Formats: sequence, C-alpha cells, structure tokens
Amino acid sequence: MSIAKRLRGSLPLFVMAPSLTLIGVGVYGFIATTFVLSLTSSRMFPKFDFVGFDQYVRLFSNDRWHIAVHNMVIFGGLYIVLGTLLGLLLAIFIDQRIRAEGFFRTVYLYPMALSFVVTGVIWQWMLNPSLGIEKLLHDWGFVEAKFRWLVDPEWAIYTVVIAGVWQVTGFVMAIFLAGLRGVDTEILKAARVDGASPWKTYTRIIIPALRPAFMTVLVVEGNLAIKSYDLVIALTKGGPGISTELPSTFMYSTTFNRNDLALGASSAVIMLMTVAAIVIPYLYMELKDDKR
Amino acid sequence: MKQLKQLLVGKVQLAVAVATLTVGMAAPSFAEDVEVMHWWTSGGEAEAISVLKKALEGEGVGWKDAAVAGGGGAAAMTALKARVTSGNPPTAAQIGLMGLQEWAGEGLLGDLSATAEKQSWVKDLPPAVMEGAKYEGKFVGVPFNIHRANWLWSNAKIFADNGLTPPTTWDEFFAVGDKLKGKGIIPLALGGEPWQETILLEDTITAVGGSDFYRKAFLELDMGALGSEQMVKAFETLGKIRDYIDPGAPGRAWNDATSMVLTGKAAMQLMGDWAKGEIVKAKLVPGKDILCTPAPGTAGAYHFNVDYFMMFKAEGSHLDAQMKLAAAIMDPSFQETFNMVKGSIPANTAVKGDKFDVCAQQAMKDIQESVAKNALIGALQGGAAQSARIQGAVQDVVANFFSSSQSAKDAVAALVKAVADAKS
Repeated sequence: MSIAKRLRGSLPLFVMAPSLTLIGVGVYGFIATTFVLSLTSSRMFPKFDFVGFDQYVRLFSNDRWHIAVHNMVIFGGLYIVLGTLLGLLLAIFIDQRIRAEGFFRTVYLYPMALSFVVTGVIWQWMLNPSLGIEKLLHDWGFVEAKFRWLVDPEWAIYTVVIAGVWQVTGFVMAIFLAGLRGVDTEILKAARVDGASPWKTYTRIIIPALRPAFMTVLVVEGNLAIKSYDLVIALTKGGPGISTELPSTFMYSTTFNRNDLALGASSAVIMLMTVAAIVIPYLYMELKDDKR
Repeated sequence: MKQLKQLLVGKVQLAVAVATLTVGMAAPSFAEDVEVMHWWTSGGEAEAISVLKKALEGEGVGWKDAAVAGGGGAAAMTALKARVTSGNPPTAAQIGLMGLQEWAGEGLLGDLSATAEKQSWVKDLPPAVMEGAKYEGKFVGVPFNIHRANWLWSNAKIFADNGLTPPTTWDEFFAVGDKLKGKGIIPLALGGEPWQETILLEDTITAVGGSDFYRKAFLELDMGALGSEQMVKAFETLGKIRDYIDPGAPGRAWNDATSMVLTGKAAMQLMGDWAKGEIVKAKLVPGKDILCTPAPGTAGAYHFNVDYFMMFKAEGSHLDAQMKLAAAIMDPSFQETFNMVKGSIPANTAVKGDKFDVCAQQAMKDIQESVAKNALIGALQGGAAQSARIQGAVQDVVANFFSSSQSAKDAVAALVKAVADAKS
C-alpha cells in the first residue's frame, strides 16, 4: 500500500522528467556549451583551449558586428515603438463597437500567420525599384517617382522595419483588444458621469489599465526583434553590402560559413544577454506581483 | 463508365508492372560503397556526376549519394561539419582549394599518394592545382576541374550594332560604358551581392598591379601590398564601376544578371565560366552570341578555382573503393564529359580540348600561358586563395565600400584592419 502511495507521490516527477531532461540538455546545456566555446579559439570544430575573453575583444573590434548592433538598435527600437503604437491604435479603433469587427480583427491578425520568409519576399518584390512600387508609379505616368529604400544602404534597414511592423501590428492589436475588453466598465461609466473627455478617459484610465498587456507586448516584440533572422535574409540578405546585417545574421555566417565558431559563439552569448536584459526584469516584476 | 473502368484497370496494371520492374532493377549490391557529399544537384551537373557513378559501378563499387543542394555549398558544409563532429564522415566530399587545406589541417583526411603516383598526377596537373591538392607532401584531394573567374561576357549583337569591341582595359571599359549608356543600354549587369562585388575587385587588382601584386596581396597577405597606393587605385576603379550598373543590382542573383546580358538588357557581365551554363541553357553559343574575353586588364592572368573531392581516412576494402573513386575522377574521359557540362576546363591536362567550345579552348590555351608566366593565381572568391574567414573579411570591406560613399583610401585602411583581425 505504501509503495503504491509513494509511486503516486512521484508520478508528477515521472511525467515531468522527459520534458525537464529535454529542456535541461537541449536549452540550458547548449547555452552553457556555447558560453564555454566562446572562451576558446575554436575555428571549424570545437576545441577546448581556453583563451579567456579574447573572442569578445575580437568581436567588439569587428566593424561588421558594429554595423549589426547599430542596425539592431534602429530596427529593434522602431519595431517595438511603431508596432506597439499602431497596434494600440488599431485596437482602440476596433473597440469602438464597429460593424463586422470579427472580419477586421481577422484581417489585421493574418500577417502574423505568415512566416517571416513570406513577409520578406512579398516586401522585397514590392520595394524593388524595377519590380514594385516604383515601377508601378512609372507605369502610371509618374516617371520622376523614386522609391529606392531597399537598394539604398542608408535606408535599407528601414524597409526591414516596415515589413516587420506590418507583420507584428495585428498581433499587438489582438493583445491590446483583449486588454481593453478587460477594463472595468463601471469605472468607465463613472468617468462618463464625471464628464471626462474621451481623450482623458483613454490617457488616464484605460491605457494605465493596460499595463500587463503592455508588458506582454514589449517582451514579445523585444524577443522577436533580437531573434529576427529570416526576415532580413528574405528581404535584403543583409545588403546592400552589409548595411542591414543583424546580430543573428552575423552569428550564423560567422559560425557556419566562415569557420569562426568561437567568435560566433561569443556573439550568440551577447545576444542572449540582451534578451535576458529584457526578460529578467519582466519576470522579476511578474513574480513580485504574484507574491503580493 | 465502362471506359473509366478500363482506364482504371489499365492504370492498376501499369502500376503493378512498374512495381515489378523496380523490384527487378533493385540496385545490385556491391562489395563496397562510397558515400559522396556534394552540391552538384542542378540538371546538368547531376547528369555529369552520374557519369562518375556509372564508371565506379563498372568497377564493382556502389555509389551512395549524399548531395546537399543550395547556397553554393554552404548548406553542404554545415551538414558535413555536423557529420564529422558526430564521428560519421562520408567517404568523400566536394571542397574548394583552401577548404581542402583547412580540413587536412584538422588531420581528418587520408593519403591518396599511391593512386597519384600510379596515374602521374604530378605530370598531368598544373602546378598550382597540384600544390592545392597536397598537404604536407601527401595528396589529400583529387581535382575535377579548373574554373576561371576573370571572364568578361559580352552580348555580341549589342557590340556589333554599336560598332564596339569588348574592352581590354578599364579605360576602354569606361569609354564603351559611356557610349552604351548614351544608347540607353545598361553597360554592366551586376548582381550586387558581396561575393560578386569581390570578383570585380579581384579583376581591378590584377589590372592595376598585375598578377604579382595580386599574389602579394591576396595569396601572401602582405600588409604592405594590402595597404599600398596600388590597392587604393584598385578600389577607385571598383568605385567607378558603380556608375555603369542599374539601380536594381543590389541583392540580384548572378544568373539573373547573366540573363540580362543574354536578353540584351545589359551589354556585359564580369563573371566566372559557370555563366556558360546559363548561356547554353538559353540556346545561345558561347564565343559567338555571347563573347568571352578576359576581364579588362587581366589578359595573361588566370584567376582559378578548383573543385576537389577530399577523402576522409578509410581502411581495408573501403580504402580500395576510395582509391578507385580517386582514379575514376582523374580519368581523362570522365574529366572531358564532366567539364563539357560544367563550363570549366579539365584539371587533368592530358585531356585534349577538341570537343570543347571556343571559350573553353581559349581557357585551356590561356592557362598554359599563365603557368609559363607564373600568372596562374587562386581566385579569392572561389576559395582558392584564403580561408573562409579571411575571404569573408575582405568581402565585408568590399561590400561596405561598394554600397556606401566611403573613400577608396578609407576602404583600404579598413581592408588592412579586417585582414589583420581575421588573421589573428
């Protein structure tokens, strides 16, 4: 009887064990391996001769990495800000008890169902001067029209922003919409009775009430921005030149195409720390809230 | 209804027949198999490699194909590294010249010297190609072909219609380009990808300082040469080329650029001899419809790259099969068949060129001349000059320069820094 009892007691452990092992090895194990590799001089194959933080020094004296980080700041910043603002705006509009709400919601949410590669290719065609918008304008008779962001190294990174924002906005909208529906209607009624303008109602009551939704949105967007790889590959292949290189594309080509495993590993560690810098404060706040 | 039934019955019978046939043809088992990793998967290339498969089967060696398509071999290399790391290398794998040296440096490759001696490789291979196949005095790879990177492909009709001839120097190139621009023709078809732009730099470097300067800069990585005034001039010429391409160039694939020349949208392309495959596919004749001349200022020099098979260490009967594979690759009649499809010329100089097209015949003549003049030099972009790491560092500098307003002087300074970093 006691054996059966003990078995029942350890049943959760049995059930959890496979996934715990998989995550332990497949995620945390490999994070540790990557960190260890970043301290070695590995080239084509892993080699465990420790050279300290030499690879990090090399990384931060590498011009291509600087371009990648710079682009990350531009892309990540605009992606998060624009994605959030547009998503919030759409959610507020859709929340006005409009007709065919379900239809619009689906329309705006659909881009998220596409893979980044598809998004990248579609925008690549549209922004290509000899295929897309510029050609269309020329065909319509506006022969002077110029829209060459995609092939202009100064502006190409903004095309990545356009495509990325286009894709994520609907998803952000959905989260905010759920948040809006959760706002207590009694408070809104009270505000109306007190004669608060719609603007005041939104800025003072509704948007502050969306704080949890904001946190979710920011963390998800931050993650997507730092991870984005396929979007750039499909849209610009990191070009023109190396002007739209991102840390993720840097990491892949360094590690796998240029046989510089340790340098690639060090860039991966830096990327992980950036993600951690976003996620850990979030987790901390969430856990603190739980305790309360 | 009855007809449909008959049709269905007919289909089923056919299916059964096919199934029986397939069983009947099930691959005969061989005493030994070779497993081969490569990225020759496009129509013509796959056909060319199947000739090798048949030759081996004739000798009782089975062929297990482990082709990984795409990315100019990048995908195949990733797969190969994973296999080797897990202790399961194939028998042989396709690789470029410097890649072969890197892999040999890891101590993973076998010794083919016995076969090399039996077949007199030393006599039959051009010296630079032979040296590339050796590591510490032993043969570790076997070459299929020699590509030439410094070709200029010109649309014959455009040049004839405008009374022009393909340029032989960069000054001529810019003069011709200006005339073509005046006629509304794009002078140069370029795919604006880093590797394609790097091919242009190889051409301007040889044009500015000759093959000796190229050798010092890219083969010996002489910092003085890399930072020299001549290098600044080479970058200046490269920068000038930007005025002769169309705005749609960034990110364009090389074969799309080739087809611009074939369809007469653009007049010229600077590209290796693999462009010939596209020309033939479009039912045009290389040397007649599309002219082939050395890239401006590089006549006499031969920027080569080679496809080798490297052979992983093997034992016993597997080693015998491996040796048979190596011998079959060097076989003159295989090299002839393979290279006629591939667009390159045979690595084995014992092959006569009479069956090849005009461009290949010229390449065969030029390569002998370049050997005599010590101007047979490894193409950086083909992985025949430096490791992937240094090649990539140069590519970054070239791509950044080509797509920005950076001055040639700053680009050269960046080149010196990037190469020094990558060397460390």
